[in-house]
Amino acid sequence: MNLRPEPLAFELSSPGRVGVALPKCDVPASPVPAGLLRPELRLPEMDELTVVRHFTRLSQKNFSIDTEFYPLGSCTMKYNPKANEVAASQPGWKGAHPLVADERNQGSIELIWRLQESLKAIGGFSAVSLQPAAGAHGELSGVFMIRAYHLARGNPGRVKMLIPDSAHGTNPASCTMAGLTTVTIPSDADGGVDLDALRAACDETVAGIMITNPSTLGLFERNIEKIAKMVHDAGGLVYGDGANMNALTGVLRPADVGIDVMHFNLHKTFSTPHGGGGPGVGMVGAAPVLAEYLPGPIATRKDGTYAMAMPSKSIGRMKAFYGNFGVLVRAYTYIRMLGEEGMRRLAESAVLNANYLKARLEKAYPIKYPRRCMHEFVAMGNFAEGVHTLDIAKRMIDYGYHPPTIYFPLIVPEALMVEPTETESKETLDAFVDVMLKIAEEARTDPELLRGAPHATPVGRLDEVAAARCPVLCYRG
Amino acid sequence: MPFIPNTDADREAMLAAIGVKSVEELFSDIPAAHRFPKLGLPAGLSELEALREIEALAAKNLSASNSAWFLGAGAYNHFIPAAVPALASRGEFLSAYTPYQPEVSQGTLQAIFEYQSMAAELFGVDTVNASHYDGATALAEAVLMALNHGGSSRPRVMLPAAMHPEYKEVLRTYLAAFSVELDEYADEPAAAAKRVDARTACLVASYPDFEGRVHDLSGVADPVHAAGAVLVVNADPIMLGLLRSPGSMGADIVTAEGQALGNAMNYGGPFLGMMGATQKLVRKMPGRIVGQAADHDGRRGFVLTLSAREQHIRREKAVSNICSNQGLVMLQSTIYLEALGKSGLRAVAELCWNKAHYAAKAIAAVPGYAVAGGTFFKEFVVKTPVPASEIVDRLERRGVVPGLALSRYYPARTHELLVCVTEMNTKAQIELLAQSLKEASV
Repeated sequence: MNLRPEPLAFELSSPGRVGVALPKCDVPASPVPAGLLRPELRLPEMDELTVVRHFTRLSQKNFSIDTEFYPLGSCTMKYNPKANEVAASQPGWKGAHPLVADERNQGSIELIWRLQESLKAIGGFSAVSLQPAAGAHGELSGVFMIRAYHLARGNPGRVKMLIPDSAHGTNPASCTMAGLTTVTIPSDADGGVDLDALRAACDETVAGIMITNPSTLGLFERNIEKIAKMVHDAGGLVYGDGANMNALTGVLRPADVGIDVMHFNLHKTFSTPHGGGGPGVGMVGAAPVLAEYLPGPIATRKDGTYAMAMPSKSIGRMKAFYGNFGVLVRAYTYIRMLGEEGMRRLAESAVLNANYLKARLEKAYPIKYPRRCMHEFVAMGNFAEGVHTLDIAKRMIDYGYHPPTIYFPLIVPEALMVEPTETESKETLDAFVDVMLKIAEEARTDPELLRGAPHATPVGRLDEVAAARCPVLCYRG
Repeated sequence: MPFIPNTDADREAMLAAIGVKSVEELFSDIPAAHRFPKLGLPAGLSELEALREIEALAAKNLSASNSAWFLGAGAYNHFIPAAVPALASRGEFLSAYTPYQPEVSQGTLQAIFEYQSMAAELFGVDTVNASHYDGATALAEAVLMALNHGGSSRPRVMLPAAMHPEYKEVLRTYLAAFSVELDEYADEPAAAAKRVDARTACLVASYPDFEGRVHDLSGVADPVHAAGAVLVVNADPIMLGLLRSPGSMGADIVTAEGQALGNAMNYGGPFLGMMGATQKLVRKMPGRIVGQAADHDGRRGFVLTLSAREQHIRREKAVSNICSNQGLVMLQSTIYLEALGKSGLRAVAELCWNKAHYAAKAIAAVPGYAVAGGTFFKEFVVKTPVPASEIVDRLERRGVVPGLALSRYYPARTHELLVCVTEMNTKAQIELLAQSLKEASV
């Protein structure tokens, strides 16, 4: 890590510097009406080398998959193959415009169509839309589809969405944006959906259920078929949150167990880069009952020619144009390189790696639901007097590991959610275990060491409370 | 496998440590009838084979990389300095995630803070968030924000008729669940603003509008604010390098499609949804926001802040469900703005202005063609003597992409072409366009 303070661009600025030379204007100038001109533009002024050093040094203040093991649960921080980037940087993609006629964008549409077909096969869906730009955007699409389905059938009173208490916060937030109310379903002693509570909530106002499987506890919901039947019998539909699909490729097609609509995060399972927060893709797949409600347009093929078309009862567009195409190219490249055999090997290895870590760590880090896990597991960090999960997480940084997801899911106190992914070797996992056991020991013998961590980063723990109380959100020169 | 390192021998050792005999045993919770299905995917390819296949597909597209390109309409062909992709593709940016652990994410966090600062300057507002999926969803969330701010007694939203048709479609999708009145206006925003009333949540103005026209917004904010409503402006960020900022004319919320700032057209995505607002609305703004903070030694750092607005804290009461941003795209735009800087962004905007005006004169001089009057930036509508879709079809086959036939969105407007000219178009290309239009008219 680069520990030296890096000035803000504004502080590196010097009047008159330019970082890019532009062509001289080769046409006569046209005057801009004086009243329209902006009086000043306070952007930094830097030469190219200063810009290059600035961003290179900033990059060195990040942990990343390319530099460190990143076992961030629920986020599936797997390696992003470099071939994905080469594939996405073809001039034929970068210079393609969404409003050129379909017959002159056949390459793009064929790629979308092929990716749609691959994801249909992996999920068991009848149709998919690649338009949504992120997992939460896919969720929102799915909830809109469920709402539109009930309205089309003359059931405006179906406004209640059932959501297990272990769910991601985006699930209830998406429902609010679709005008639905949410009912929280508690978990049972095993970490699964409490079936009695679910039965009691299933009435004529139910729109559906949003279920994450494997759950955010990293556990497979063994009653998934019973749950789907219960909701279907009550007239509702089943939304699958595919955040954790990395455990299931080639293992289970979600549509086979009653999922009606589901999103996959292509930036998780299908190895497109997270990019410090995006862009992602929240592909939505649907069973026949909801296929015509998908957002669009989606790619179609007829007589060897490809076209973009709107499904007949579509909820409409979720964004302008056709989705995050550059991300789709990366996901397609990855699926093409893995193929049928690789898809199953992916999930097997992800689950094996997680169970291996769990087996080696569970004596030191207690686990609330000690069942066999899938691709991730949730431990607890409150086993030593005066030491919290946050302290353990920060201490991991000193040893060169990105901390796991912490304090989520909310139903596990002091949660530490560990997801190794399939792209890590046994050697990496073993080294990680050694460090985690050492930290557990330190937690008992030298808690102050943990509470003061991290010790070797560009900044120490930041005062987030003060930052929110008096927010400074822009440079004030 | 190159991306799945553990060998069969590794797997055996790991299974023994877990205490199971086979990998299959780890999946005993999966319903047996559906376990390990055949997917029907083709066998995997080597990197070489996969890339060869994808290169062949990409080559089937018509691309701005080998055409005279005059098509915009929401996705723009601008110059991208070499430093932009070179820096943004560094693995430390590319393969990092959301900066939840600020001590090991200062690179991403400081870049977002710099983006917020520069975008706020461009927009003329107090605060900009860390971005939305694209310009259309940023605008939809801005309207939702205005509706939430106004409360249930203000269900009316005034929209310009000449707003990007796909933005309107996205807005309709986002608003489907709520009883909102979308009221389109075709006159000048300053005239429409006089119709803002106590039932109106916001007036949206496009700057410029879908047809490239730059409306004077200086008289809009006062009547909107007097009626208790909010002014939302959707702007072209390149144009803001030259022309007055929406904030300086009283806009409360500003949105933009930021693709033009250093990102390729990429068949329409990934793009950059930009959103900013005045201080009084910041706690109602959706999306991630980065703020400055200090550690115990007083060192400056940056953190995600004001998270009490967001879904992971507020769940169903959050201001939006958004939980990501367009990180890499935003980073590209940050590098672009810093590389071009104060004089460079203005120079790009001036080149667009001058070349578009030169092109408009050149086309207006072609017999049979007419160009709409008024102030415009980068884009303008051309009346054509034969159906515009036929012109597009003929010219594109010859490597000249003349613009958008408006009949794509408005079936009755058969003889209108929306032409876009940027710094990428040389004088020779503009003359080629005029000559090609002349030939296409007979």
